[in-house]
Parts: sequence; C-alpha cells; structure tokens
Amino acid sequence: MEATASEPVTKRIWGRVGYGGTLLIIAIIAILVFYFIDSLQTEAVLASAIRQSTPLILGALCGLLGERTGVINIGIEGQMLSGAFVGFLVSVYTGNLVLAIFAGVLTGMLLGTFLALMSVTLKMDQIIGGTVINILAIGLTGFFYVGGLSTEGKLRAIPIPFLSDLPIVGKTFFNWPPLTYLAIILVFVMHYVLFYTRWGLRTRSVGEHPRAADTVGINVFAMRYINVTLAGGFAGLAGAFLTLEAVGSFERGMTNGRGFVALAVMIFGRWTPLGAWGAALLFGLALALTTQFQFMGINIPHQFTGMFPYVLTIVVVALTGLFGHFRPPAAVGQPYETEG
Amino acid sequence: MTTDSSSLEPEKGTRNGRVGIGGWLKRTWLSIRIPVVAVLLSLLIGAIVLIIAGANPIEAYLALLKGAFGSQVALRRTLEKATPLVFTGLAVAFAFKGGLFNIGAQGQLLLGAIVAAAIGFGISGLPFIIHMPLALAGGALAGAMYGAIPGLLKAWTGAHEVITTIMLNFIAINITDYLADGIWKDTSASNIISRTPKILPSAEIPSIAFVPIGFLVGIVMAFVTWYVLYKTTLGYEIRTVGLSSHAAKYAGIRVAATIVLTMTLSGVLAGMGGAIETLGIVGRFQPGFNLNLGFDGITVALLARTNPFGVIPAAILLGALRAGAGRMQLYAGVPSEITDIIAALMLFFVSADMIVRWIIRAREPAEEEKVTLSTWGQS
Repeated sequence: MEATASEPVTKRIWGRVGYGGTLLIIAIIAILVFYFIDSLQTEAVLASAIRQSTPLILGALCGLLGERTGVINIGIEGQMLSGAFVGFLVSVYTGNLVLAIFAGVLTGMLLGTFLALMSVTLKMDQIIGGTVINILAIGLTGFFYVGGLSTEGKLRAIPIPFLSDLPIVGKTFFNWPPLTYLAIILVFVMHYVLFYTRWGLRTRSVGEHPRAADTVGINVFAMRYINVTLAGGFAGLAGAFLTLEAVGSFERGMTNGRGFVALAVMIFGRWTPLGAWGAALLFGLALALTTQFQFMGINIPHQFTGMFPYVLTIVVVALTGLFGHFRPPAAVGQPYETEG
Repeated sequence: MTTDSSSLEPEKGTRNGRVGIGGWLKRTWLSIRIPVVAVLLSLLIGAIVLIIAGANPIEAYLALLKGAFGSQVALRRTLEKATPLVFTGLAVAFAFKGGLFNIGAQGQLLLGAIVAAAIGFGISGLPFIIHMPLALAGGALAGAMYGAIPGLLKAWTGAHEVITTIMLNFIAINITDYLADGIWKDTSASNIISRTPKILPSAEIPSIAFVPIGFLVGIVMAFVTWYVLYKTTLGYEIRTVGLSSHAAKYAGIRVAATIVLTMTLSGVLAGMGGAIETLGIVGRFQPGFNLNLGFDGITVALLARTNPFGVIPAAILLGALRAGAGRMQLYAGVPSEITDIIAALMLFFVSADMIVRWIIRAREPAEEEKVTLSTWGQS
C-alpha cells in the first residue's frame, strides 16, 4: 500500500481507499438516497446494521490484535460464547450489570491466556489451539447451563444529548446502550495504540519479524502473551454484549458463528481497526437488509436468509484473496523459538 | 502439531520384524503412548470438573463404561456412534496429510447423509445390490462436491480453507434443513417435523449381530486411505504438498490441483460417513441428528496422530464416550456435555504433546516426523 509521490493521483487514492472503501462509499450514497425516499425504514435498517456489527467489530479487534502479534485466533467464537455465558450468570446471581460485563471480559481474557499458553509456550498448532477453545466452550457452557434463568433486565440506551436528534446519524450512532458506544470507541483506541504508540510498534514488529524484534530487546513471548490475553477481552466483551445488551438471556450456541465471521471482517478490513470497522458495518448492513426484506413481506425461506452471512463471508474472503493486494502479518501462525 | 505416525506404518513393522513379542509391544507402546496418556489426563481433569459440579466421578465413569460396553445393546450403540467418526476422522486425517485443515467434514457429511436419504427413499423398484451402492455413491459424490468447493476457493483465490469450511458447515445446516422441510420432507400424515421419509429396505445397510456393516466399511476405507497415501503417486504428491508446498512446486507437482483433489477426496470420506449413517444407522435424514461429528472427527484424527489405522480405535473411544453419555446422564445425573469437555481436553493434550512428553519423559520427535499445517501467511 505504500504510494510514492511519483504515482498518479488516482492510483494513490485507489491505493488508500481500495475496493472495500469503494463499497463503503457506494453504501453511504445508497443510504442517503433511501433516506430521502423513506426515512423511517432507512433509520431502522441502519440501527439494525449497527446492532449486528457490534459483536463482529469486537471479534475482529480480538482477531487482529492476536494476528498483529503473530498468533492466529480461531477460538474467538468460543471466547465470545464463554464471555456471554459467564456475563449472563453473574448478572443473574448479582444483579449487577457492570460486574457482569467485567466477568464476561475476564472470561475472554482467561481463554486468551489459554490460547497464548498453547501457541506460545506449548508451540501447538494455533488453529488446533483455537479449535480446542471452541469445543471446550461448547462443552463448559452446556455442562453448567441452567435452563429458565432470567435477569432484572439488560443495558439500556443512553441517548447522547443534541447529537441523537440529528437526522440519519442521530439514531444510527448516538442512541445506544453503553457497550455499542464502547465498541466504537475501542476501534479508535486500537487504531491509535497500534499505529501511534511504542506498544503498537512493538506488537507489529513481533508479528512481522519476531527474530528482529527479539534482537532489539523486545520480549516476543511476553508481547504475545499480553496481546492475546487482552484480545480475548474484546471477544469476551462481544459475548457480554450479546447476553447483557442485545438479547438479555443466554441460549446454547447463541454466538452462532459470529466469532468466525469476525475473522472474515478482520481480513476484509486489512488487519486494521478502522478497516475492520468499515467491514463490520458493511456486514451489518447486509444482515440488516436481509431481515428487512422479511419484514417487507418478500418471501425468502428462512434457511436462505439464515445462510446469507456465511455465504457473504466466503465471497468476501475469496474476493479479498483475488483483488486485495494486502497480506497478513508475516509471522502469523508460527511459534517463535529462541536461538541456542 | 507433530506426529509419530511413521512408527505406526505397517511396512516398517514387517521390515524390522523378528524382534519377538517384547519388541512388538515396545514399538506399539512407543507409537501409542502419547494418545494414551493424553486420554488418561483428559479423564482425570474431567473427573475434577465432575467433582466441582458436585457429582461422583467414579460413579459417573462407571455408568459411562456400562453404557458404552456393558451389554450387546451398549456395544452396538458404541459402534453406531463410532461409525461416522471413523469416516470424519479419516477425512480430517487425509486432509492433514496434505497440509489442509478440513473443519468442513461436518458439512460434507450432512450433504452426503441427505443425498443418500433422497436416493434411498426416492427411487423404488431397484434390487439391494444396485440401490444401496447407488445411495452410498450418491452420498460420497455429494460430499466430494461439497469438499471440492473450499479446495477450489483455496487454489483460485487463496481463501483459507479453515474459514471457508467453517462457513460451509453453517450453510450445509441451512441447505439440509431446507430440503428436509421442503421437497424431500416426509409428507405422511403422522409426521409433523422436518425430516425425510424412511429409506426403502433395498437401500438399508444391515448389521451382523451388534456390528453395523458400515463400521466394517470404515475399516476397509482406513486401508484404502492408507494405501492411497503411502502406495500411490497421488499420495506421495499429497504428502509432499503437505510438508512443503514450495518444495512440491520445485519437484514439479501441480500444487493447486493437488489441493483441490485432497479436499475432494476428504469430502468423499466425510460424505460416505454421512451416507452410511443414513443407510445403516438412522434410516432417514433428520436435521440435528448428526451434528458435532466433524469436530469429533478432528479429535479422532489427532488422537490417531493422523494415521489411518489409528483412526479406528480413536473413533471407538470417542464413540464409546458419546454412547455412554446417555446412561451417565440417567444414572449419575451428569449432563452429557461432560463428554464435550473431555473430547476438547483430549484434543488439547494430544496436540500439546510437550506436556505429555514431559510427564512420561519422552524425547522430542525427529524433525522429519513433524507435520505443520499451512497458516494464513503461507496460503
């Protein structure tokens, strides 16, 4: 993506925007057009898009923080599921939603540490490590599942004064329960941390060239442990979002593949937080539109709308492979061995 | 991931032969010690989870054992549970040898199961000798086609098979659900749920006493898989691509075509598993009846250290766990999900062989025995 000054302007802009950005611009224009035709329905679709995108962006942040530091995380799904489960249980037994959110995040982080143990210390195949987390999460949440539990309620919307009254963006961005805001804030925080801090530079160097990073005195193992653990927190938060903010209860297997779709969001977003946010919004919009079609009485069998996000994921990953001239961090998936 | 598989290959045993029973026992122990210790550790930690949950682990495990091996009925149930796992285990192990992680055995199995059911109930008037093999072949073909998709995507676009196969699993659940609730639904008056009609007797795969013949077919397929992998040019090419796609390219192997073929053949195995489950065990396709077989297949393949013959005992072990879970739930009051936890722990310990080697003080495997899967970066 490095564009030099000698390149034509159009090429430089394309290099920055890419086909994902082009899609996003087309989507924004389409939204504006539809807003003038039917403002109420458009606002409903946009709100639904944001709701759908929140667990995806948190999952993608989890994935990209791990991969930027050199560890593939296939276990996002399991981390989300466990975070959702523990968050829900804590909310049931304490009635304290803030405590419940922390519990969900901590659960995700704990599984993150487990993934780091498997991939960094035990040098296990990282994809198998993630699979262990996924199966373990299904087993543990199913084993300790208690039917018929209910909570006092879920997180409520906090409209932001003035901003929430704006047309289009008001309802879309400024009238949400806290975790949705938090997810958006985290996108920018992560962007800043990854690209403008020493920590971020070290993280990326460990993911690109661990040997070189080691040579200049960066502790590769520690960086991977800490980042993969923190990343698990994002997935745990995504789970907490599902039970404490979106649904309000826990069901078996309720993550329903979101953790895997988040990986595609991460790839589509070129392993960058802002790119992943754009990708998550596009995914959210596509999902929101399919539900909207059903409301509008367009009769598609529910199995087809059900499989849509997964088909979309395959298409996106395939197109990214064909046209996206970008690559994952160079050292991703490889355990690091110290010399000697 | 590492494997000791080379020490289990039969041709080596005969070549070095004549070392007596003691030598044979020692060789066998060397090749199975890691999985055995891994299984024991998993059961131990499973017992701790049971104690935390307030159950008596000894009572629970005894109920599990009785439910899996305690009677002819129990044995039959164990083998019935093991049968599809032999096939998904072989499918995953086969793909592993080619450096591919087929998490999609589940989806390929579902497609194979429903197509076999459709042929099994939809075509009448055929004799057994044609009808049953036709349904089985249909299932295998469906699995092959569904397995080819991630192979083609990987070869053409570089899309990693882990993501595409996981997505194809979800899609397969929706497709089969749609078919079993739509054109292939059992429309008899007594049926209100989504499932296909029962297959005709001419398509059924029978059992010999408590052994489903499908299980015996699984053993045959383990031999076939071993033969293809180690005795044919194709198998050599697949294993070379699995070890290093760069080296394979320099050796003149068409890497892209090999990847597609590996995934297709892996799909054949999984699709056959689904077909045999429909034709020999369930008797029809019913959504939700054959879930988790793909993930269990991963555990089976790794417990077997990706050795085709090792898949058989590993599948019986997992099958016993699944078969005994019902009795354990009934008599010891333990949720059957404990078997998921134990399965995950087995996968963990057998892959984290560093822990197991440390416990039994075993040497690191030689470098050439290691098998590494491709990652995002190498795809």
